[in-house]
Amino acid sequence: MSTNLSFRAALLSVLLFACFIGIWHLATLPADGGAVSAADAEYAALMGQGAGKAEGFPTPAAVGRTFVHFLSDPFYDNGPNDKGIGIQIAYSLLRVGAGFLLATLVALPLGFLIGMSPLMTRALNPFIQVLKPISPLAWMPLALYVLKDSDVSGIFVIFICSMWPMLLNTAFGVASVRRDWINVARTLEVGPVRKAFRVILPAAAPTILTGMRISMGIAWIVIVAAEMLVGGTGVGYFVWNEWNNLALPNVIFAITMIGLVGMLLDFAFGVLQKMVTYRD
Amino acid sequence: MTNHYLSVEGLKKAYPTRDGKAGTPVFEDIHFSIEKGEFVCIIGHSGCGKTTILNVLAGLEEATGGVVIMNGREVKGPSLDRGVVFQSHALMPWMSVLGNVAFAVKSKWPDWSKAKIAAHCTEYLEMVGLGHAIHKQPAELSGGMKQRVGIARAFAIQPKMLLLDEPFGALDALTRGTIQDELLKVVQATHQTVFMITHDVDEAILLADKVILMSNGPLAKVAEIVDITMPRDRTRAGMHHDPQYYRIRNHLVDFLVNRSKTYAGGGEFEQYDPKRPPVVRPGLVDTSDAALAPDAVRPLTQLKKVVNQ
Ligand SMILES: Nc1ncnc2c1ncn2[C@@H]1O[C@H](COP(=O)(O)OP(=O)(O)O)[C@@H](O)[C@H]1O
Ligand SMILES: [Mg+2]
Repeated sequence: MSTNLSFRAALLSVLLFACFIGIWHLATLPADGGAVSAADAEYAALMGQGAGKAEGFPTPAAVGRTFVHFLSDPFYDNGPNDKGIGIQIAYSLLRVGAGFLLATLVALPLGFLIGMSPLMTRALNPFIQVLKPISPLAWMPLALYVLKDSDVSGIFVIFICSMWPMLLNTAFGVASVRRDWINVARTLEVGPVRKAFRVILPAAAPTILTGMRISMGIAWIVIVAAEMLVGGTGVGYFVWNEWNNLALPNVIFAITMIGLVGMLLDFAFGVLQKMVTYRD
Repeated sequence: MTNHYLSVEGLKKAYPTRDGKAGTPVFEDIHFSIEKGEFVCIIGHSGCGKTTILNVLAGLEEATGGVVIMNGREVKGPSLDRGVVFQSHALMPWMSVLGNVAFAVKSKWPDWSKAKIAAHCTEYLEMVGLGHAIHKQPAELSGGMKQRVGIARAFAIQPKMLLLDEPFGALDALTRGTIQDELLKVVQATHQTVFMITHDVDEAILLADKVILMSNGPLAKVAEIVDITMPRDRTRAGMHHDPQYYRIRNHLVDFLVNRSKTYAGGGEFEQYDPKRPPVVRPGLVDTSDAALAPDAVRPLTQLKKVVNQ
């Protein structure tokens, strides 16, 4: 029954995708009033990718060729402005990883502190409430001025935007650990460190992981914008660069890659989340 | 002062109301004592403060007034001396059954080797009939099995005193009976001192040496202390044959149904003294209103003293 359902769902997905490509194809057919002359079509084909640049929106076929072209050699490196998509994505992932790791190192202990102490909750709440709604990119000028390095600034922006969901979820998870479990630890005279690692952390882990998953989603969104801003390397810079070249098929290819990598990241955190979730 | 193993003196608890003022005390002027090796049950209607009293004994909650003295020392904060079996089993679902008990044992004896801890835990899990389930996760167990793990966890640290909050309240009658039998066996073998909340009159008669009856809250009091005078080697199957059983049972049920509402001192209970709540032995007298004849158990001189105060 359920395999049947997933089979039908997959079939429908494929159909929808085919429809999408079909409509896209029809919409991007060379349109000069009446029928398309054979000569026009031939001319367009001859021009290849160049045609996509000159005339409006690229066709699915042109984008398909771009996919094959880029994916056949994802890791080449021909200097600053010409690197394989694999290398660009690796740069972005590295920045996201570094910023995210730093954010974890700060958010988890701080979240513990806030979650355990009503005093700290109240004392830090105004700061969090003001800092949280700031767009991470708004930090960029300050970061560039203080850190004097575009790479480090990118990492800082990721750090700042990953911080809040993790911090708030950790604090909430820690604060709402079931009273009974805390009482068990208290009656057993469990020390604070052991209590933190053996009781509170596992109890709050699902909530914390949810926060990390949200943070990672945001970080991957923000890195593209940040790299567009500071340039140099990364998938965001790649998108911006190809836009400047007016190579729309390349832009569409990069957008798709961004989506796929984001999906994989989310999937990985979904697996982690499942690992720490307990059945009660 | 006192030479009881544990004594509760003038205990009072008032929770603050929403606007931060002190509310009406849930209970006040609670006095009772527990001897070493004694099994004491407390019965009262829901909301009279039984759980609160147990939490104060456990050191998990602070009383508004009064003290609890155990072994000559005031109870302040929780301690490994007092094991607690929680109403909702309170197993940690991310640990296996063995892991849950081992967590407790490791807390008590941090220096023990892994093997020694595992052996010790297994022994106690076997004692409650869970030798086959030690590697299961709590989520895989039935409610009764979880509760037994909770009991094994509390026994495994060999506390001086055991506190149980309606441990079988959520179980079906059949399971409850089996676990009661197990608890009875273990307690008889270990001479464990136990304080247990229950709402099951039969359970109290089966297990207890004495039953503390609480009147309804707020301002709940210890209304009576009922001595269970039946021989200690009772069994669930056999206790119905003892003529005392029905007298005690009727007395307890009558209290819960008719008298717990009005029992607040004054009126016909003029001689009531919270420091010395009447001790009754309905098992030994033929009338069911033994509370009205407390002199049946209490020396007359003492009574006079109480009245003259
Ligand atoms: N944390 C709390 N805050 C305010 N009131 C409480 C709290 N815990 C218990 N109470 C009140 O104290 C009374 C006694 O509760 P409890 O000890 O749980 O009773 P019992 O176990 O006898 O049913 C109840 O009326 C309950 O509403
Ligand atoms: Mg209760």
